[in-house]
Amino acid sequence: MTVDRIWRLGFAARFMFAVLRYSGASFRRLPLTLREIYFSGVLSLLIIIVSGLFVGLVLGLQGYETLQRYGSTEALGVLVALSLTRELGPVVAALLFASRAGSSVTAEIGLMKATEQLKAMDMMAVHPIARVVAPRFWGGVISMPLLAALFSAMGVLGGWLIGVVFIGVDDGAFWSQMQSGVDFRYDIWNGVIKSFVFGIAVSLIAVFEGYDSVPTAEGVSRAITRTVVTSALTILALDFVLTSFMFRGTS
Amino acid sequence: MNRTVLDLWVGIFVAIGIVALLFLALKVGNLSSAHLSETYVLQARFDNIGGLKVRGPVKSAGVVVGRIVDIKFDTATYEAVVTMDIDGRFRFPKDTFASIYTSGLLGEQFIGFDVGGDEKMLKAGDTVTKTQSAVVLEKLISQFLFNKAAEGQETK
Amino acid sequence: MVLSDDILVDIQDLHFNYDGRPVLQGINMKIPRGKVVAIMGGSGCGKTTLLRCIGGQLRPTGGMVRLEKHRVCEMSQTELYGLRRKMGMLFQFGALFTDMTVFDNVAFPMREHTDLSEAMIRDLVLMKLEAVGLRGAHALMPGELSGGMARRVALARAVALDPMLVMYDEPFAGLDPIALGVIGQLIRKLNDALGATSIMVTHDVHESLMIVDYIYFVSQGRIVAEGTPDEIRASTDPFVHQFVHAEVEGPVHFDYPAPSVVQEFLSGGARG
Repeated sequence: MTVDRIWRLGFAARFMFAVLRYSGASFRRLPLTLREIYFSGVLSLLIIIVSGLFVGLVLGLQGYETLQRYGSTEALGVLVALSLTRELGPVVAALLFASRAGSSVTAEIGLMKATEQLKAMDMMAVHPIARVVAPRFWGGVISMPLLAALFSAMGVLGGWLIGVVFIGVDDGAFWSQMQSGVDFRYDIWNGVIKSFVFGIAVSLIAVFEGYDSVPTAEGVSRAITRTVVTSALTILALDFVLTSFMFRGTS
Repeated sequence: MNRTVLDLWVGIFVAIGIVALLFLALKVGNLSSAHLSETYVLQARFDNIGGLKVRGPVKSAGVVVGRIVDIKFDTATYEAVVTMDIDGRFRFPKDTFASIYTSGLLGEQFIGFDVGGDEKMLKAGDTVTKTQSAVVLEKLISQFLFNKAAEGQETK
Repeated sequence: MVLSDDILVDIQDLHFNYDGRPVLQGINMKIPRGKVVAIMGGSGCGKTTLLRCIGGQLRPTGGMVRLEKHRVCEMSQTELYGLRRKMGMLFQFGALFTDMTVFDNVAFPMREHTDLSEAMIRDLVLMKLEAVGLRGAHALMPGELSGGMARRVALARAVALDPMLVMYDEPFAGLDPIALGVIGQLIRKLNDALGATSIMVTHDVHESLMIVDYIYFVSQGRIVAEGTPDEIRASTDPFVHQFVHAEVEGPVHFDYPAPSVVQEFLSGGARG
């Protein structure tokens, strides 16, 4: 069992290098990658925007409840913006991305394998990793940071909506406190780096699970489950590692 | 190669994503205020910096004029060396007094510049010589109690 | 006998093990240019494996496959890809790309391997689809096709680049008698029109006997009989006889190899 796991890990590593090696075509033939950005990015827009807005609304309400006890409700902007840009934006967006786009990539590649489409492609002298896997990988890697940024932005708007429009926190204080509390390099840029790393991890897991799935209906459904579970665990673990590197000792 | 509807959607998606990033950078973060203008570096030495933090503000007359970028400990003099990025639009005289203040009773600590009357201005890389360390609340309280106790003994 | 120049595929003493289980055990075959050759046998006898070895998708454990002057089993990935551009393959259930239209499926090999203009590709694709009688269906998605139509589209895709060798993996599986006859006739017609060579793996005896030039019978990884259709029909070989007449009893056993019934039940009882 353990040997099997380690064996699979080794295969995954080799698979990753193969994806990178055959990535040339994804950039030389941009329509291939654009199509995947459409499927993993554009089609995730709705869920990301709506979830971001709701998370922002909740943060605004909860933050206001807590902050008003200390009489510092004008710090609501900082609270909402920092929690979104540093943590919730990249992490929640990545979790949603894994279950929305990652699972469908796994299903697509798994079914292509089950119906011998990958073998047929190979027989037609077209490398399946170059033609099928790499564009989906890069599509995910490119989409993820954009989706996370969108999630954070929507969240901040949600927090503003609740805090300023509904509850009546001072608009100027909300934004100015936010701007003096949120640093571009430390908070926002680190969030972008996080979402980029998550994008690589989720996309890689999704394409690998699909490519390595047992080519039957049951095998593909298991692979989809594994994509979602493994992605979630990987995102949270990576988040801890990245956070401890980025924010150690400062502020 | 023709443009397709799909390209349009991808274009919209990328544009929205970039707008979101810009929104975060300019409206949420402080990219617009702190990083777009020229800055120059000043240093100051303190016996005790209290709870001063990197990225804390440097203020003069209550206006933010710079940020703290580095705090080091000098093993030769046993002093704290604080490096600050000061907004290039603002110049301060040689005899400027750098003190560590606390905003509110328990708020964050910052460096305050109290401007002197010297004709010469501080240049990039200069060190602010006149400094006043942070007020440590515990020391203040113990001093106060000690004085009270001493007074009490004198009156006896 | 045919001259060695006329041999397109030459297989010598081919062995293949799958997880230590022998699948092919010493196959010898010479397939002449321009012919349609069928490889027959029961399910699971190693026919598909043999096809994969010819295409270079599987590396044999022993023996040699030669295609023209190339030794397929010793070629690198790049060389194999170069060679495969001259091969076409029809997969068991067509293996059409489900996310593309019929047109794009047939155009796929052309777009991947040639620099032809889109107008030229359009003409070629419609020509190939016309050959299989599906020009009118070019805008459909594979999901909207019947089994027989999907097979014909896959056939058009397999011959898209006018290959010198076309391989068919169970071209008749799961088709109704009419579709089956259509595919059979198409295989013969396309082979002769393209001047290609065809290898067909199948277990449909009657359809094959009508269209092929030569037949090999494979059982348990070995060739047990071979001959032209007329020789096969007249054969008295017990294996061929059983296969051609679809008899239950004969050299090919219907049961999967197992210990005797008595032994199995007794040991099962002992284990509880």
